[in-house]
Amino acid sequence: MIAAVPIAHALLLAALLFSLGLLGLLLRRNLIFALFSVEIMLNATGLAFVAAGSRWGQPDGQLMFILVISLAAAEAAVGLAIALQVQRRFGTLNLDELTGLAEPAQPAGPSGDTRPEAAP
Amino acid sequence: MIALFYGASCVALLATALAISRVHPVHALLYLVVSLLGVALVMLSLGAAFAAALEVMVYAGAIMVLFVFVIMLLQIGPQIQAQERAWLAPRHWIGPSLLAGLLLILLFRAMADVPGRPAELAVAAKTVGITLYGPWLLAVELGSVLLLAGLISAFHLGRRT
Amino acid sequence: MNGLPWILAAPLFGAAALFAWRNMPERLAAVIGVGSLLTAALLTAVLGVQYLSEPVPVNVSLWTWFAVDGFAPGISLYLDGLSLTMLGVITGVGALIHLYASWYMRGDPGYRRFFAYMNLFVAAMLLLVLGDNLLALFFGWEGVGLCSYLLIGFWYRDPANGHAARKAFVTTRVGDTAMAVGLFLLFRELGTLDIQPLLGEAQLRWPAGSPTLTLACLLLLGGAVGKSAQLPLQTWLPDAMAGPTPVSALIHAATMVTAGVYLIARLHPLYALSPAALAAVGWVGAITLLLAGGAALAQTDIKRILAYSTMSQIGYMFLALGAGAYSAAIFHLMTHAFFKALLFMAAGSVILALHHEQDIFRMGGLRRKLPVAFWSFLIGSAALAALPYVSAGFWSKDAILFAAWGGGHTAWWSMGVAGALLTGLYSFRLVFIVFWGPARSDARPHHHWSEQAPLLILMGLSLFGGLISVPAAAVLPASHPAHPLPVLLVQIVLGLAGIALAWRWYGRQAQQPPPLRGWRRLAHAAWGFDAVYDRLLSRPWLALARINRADIIDGAYSLLVSLTQAGHLLLIRSQTGALRRYAGGIAIGLILLLGASLWT
Repeated sequence: MIAAVPIAHALLLAALLFSLGLLGLLLRRNLIFALFSVEIMLNATGLAFVAAGSRWGQPDGQLMFILVISLAAAEAAVGLAIALQVQRRFGTLNLDELTGLAEPAQPAGPSGDTRPEAAP
Repeated sequence: MIALFYGASCVALLATALAISRVHPVHALLYLVVSLLGVALVMLSLGAAFAAALEVMVYAGAIMVLFVFVIMLLQIGPQIQAQERAWLAPRHWIGPSLLAGLLLILLFRAMADVPGRPAELAVAAKTVGITLYGPWLLAVELGSVLLLAGLISAFHLGRRT
Repeated sequence: MNGLPWILAAPLFGAAALFAWRNMPERLAAVIGVGSLLTAALLTAVLGVQYLSEPVPVNVSLWTWFAVDGFAPGISLYLDGLSLTMLGVITGVGALIHLYASWYMRGDPGYRRFFAYMNLFVAAMLLLVLGDNLLALFFGWEGVGLCSYLLIGFWYRDPANGHAARKAFVTTRVGDTAMAVGLFLLFRELGTLDIQPLLGEAQLRWPAGSPTLTLACLLLLGGAVGKSAQLPLQTWLPDAMAGPTPVSALIHAATMVTAGVYLIARLHPLYALSPAALAAVGWVGAITLLLAGGAALAQTDIKRILAYSTMSQIGYMFLALGAGAYSAAIFHLMTHAFFKALLFMAAGSVILALHHEQDIFRMGGLRRKLPVAFWSFLIGSAALAALPYVSAGFWSKDAILFAAWGGGHTAWWSMGVAGALLTGLYSFRLVFIVFWGPARSDARPHHHWSEQAPLLILMGLSLFGGLISVPAAAVLPASHPAHPLPVLLVQIVLGLAGIALAWRWYGRQAQQPPPLRGWRRLAHAAWGFDAVYDRLLSRPWLALARINRADIIDGAYSLLVSLTQAGHLLLIRSQTGALRRYAGGIAIGLILLLGASLWT
């Protein structure tokens, strides 16, 4: 037996879960909670795939779901390893303080005379 | 089954909302596990039993456990609660809610008119397996490479220098 | 004749070798530089003998330069009497000058560079005279202009030399532009630039006196006037004396400045069809020869006197061309090459012996100290002043004057005869002031066979060169004007009168440089052409250039750069490194994209 609900409802459920995950990502400052939110979003996406697959009665939805899960696993592993390193090196997991990749606001390279060097 | 679908959806939504708003990471994690179980039941009600099983085993069973271990290693439990409470003050919710709400409205607009209902026959795990190692073989290989890369990166990045 | 391309190849390969090896020792540079010219001269002699035994024009096509829409000029060479004569002059006199230069330029740090430029010049000049189409000729034309610039400004550390080189280049450029327009006109009308077919086509197509033809001939005359330093583009030649003396001898006496004469002689059927253009040629020559002769009388620099003298003698050649005596013009070109090269080289010996002194009023009494230079000057000036029967110059100059008289151009004849008086006057003024009188400076000569041998050879040619029958005479229309005896006597007497006057005024007593007042000052400045061109052309142009001193066009490009940099600085502010902001940015982008795809 399969619930004969309009498939739009399943997709809407996925959309809700996704936006909740996005809310969490934008809201939380702790790296671990941010990773949680990413997992929520990935899960929502997988649900959408499965719903679509069951709509057509084909296994492709679940297969995509398998790939999404393996992606989520790999990403969680790497992300958590990074979190460990960050905690060790910088002592904080606060995303607002971890801005080492910021670009310094200085002009790069020489400015002013852009004419080619005159040949002697 | 219809009742299962809607009930599990409500549980999943409630659990997710709680998960993102807790101050203690383990609390959030536990609510997240509940959410994942709810989603698994939704999948089951749609006839994707295999996917439901995978969700429970891999997602809730492995990935969340991984999170637990890391939270343990980081020892961030009780100390950070005060800080997180400060960061979760109502005024910080405005911007993110706005953006997420906008996105939600757009997604609703896009997907509300999708016609159709789930097919009559459930998709068996056997069919999934045959298709996986048949037409989707390349995806399996790519997935395994991805996991290998994740493994090596995690190993390297997690080292004590 | 397969040897023909090798005549051009010898100096070209020499130049390539001299350019390529930057640390070449001086002796090797001399061997390559002089050797390539000697090879070319020998080949010319061999080819000349072959040609004279069987005077048939030879066409050697090397390769097609380019092919566009049916127009396919080639690098092809054409040997006939005219080009053989020019070949003989260029390679023969050129070889002697190169030999002399190997002595003159010794010790100069730019020795190798000098011979590289000189060889390149000879190669370009050979292409000019051997080219069988006007485009190859123009290629050589531009090439000699370039080498002239390089060689005038050879001692580049002194900015005055660079200025003189630029002046020469820009002035001849004006002429070159006129010539290019003339070539365009000829091509558009006749459809080809190959010389022999062009001449045939022109004679079929255009009636005598046609305006298009006259215009084309006048434009080509513009180019000739620039290269040969005739009115109104003559101002660069005296300043070109800033280059080393062998350069003055080769380029500004014997070869490059005669290119204009060659051009008109080569295209003589065109000019024969256009009496107006021919008249213009003659008048340009006649006026220039008088103006230059007058200017030479007031000069004090030994090389400048010779420069004005060259200008004047080329005026004679133009006069001959105007009178239709093309072979007389080429004959005079050849004899002039002999004695002018002789005079320049002897002047170089004098200058070096007196440690780079060029003011004739600081020289004196050198006839005992520098005998070879003295006899060179004596014989050369005699040829220049056309001493009757004993000098080569006599035969050629008299041929010109007879042609003028015989063609009914009495005005030109009288100007030519007056010019002969002036020539004798200024040339022997030079001789008497430099070689007679008390010695005013210390002469310390260092002689060498490579200095003296060319001088001796050219002395012989200046005396007996008039007996050579020029191969060009067979190719150009013959003119056998009458030699009425009274005319001959007038010519001879006036020439000798000039010499006698020079002896009276300058020969006997010690000379002081006269004060520069009145006509003398005007003549010294070559009748003020430089000043007029400066006021009329240079200053307005510089004023215009000063308006754009900030260079708005370059400013536009700099603006692009500054805009890019400003944009960069602006965008950099979004790289905060804060992950949440990045996520927020992604979310906003996603919302916008979705919104856009849903509502359009």
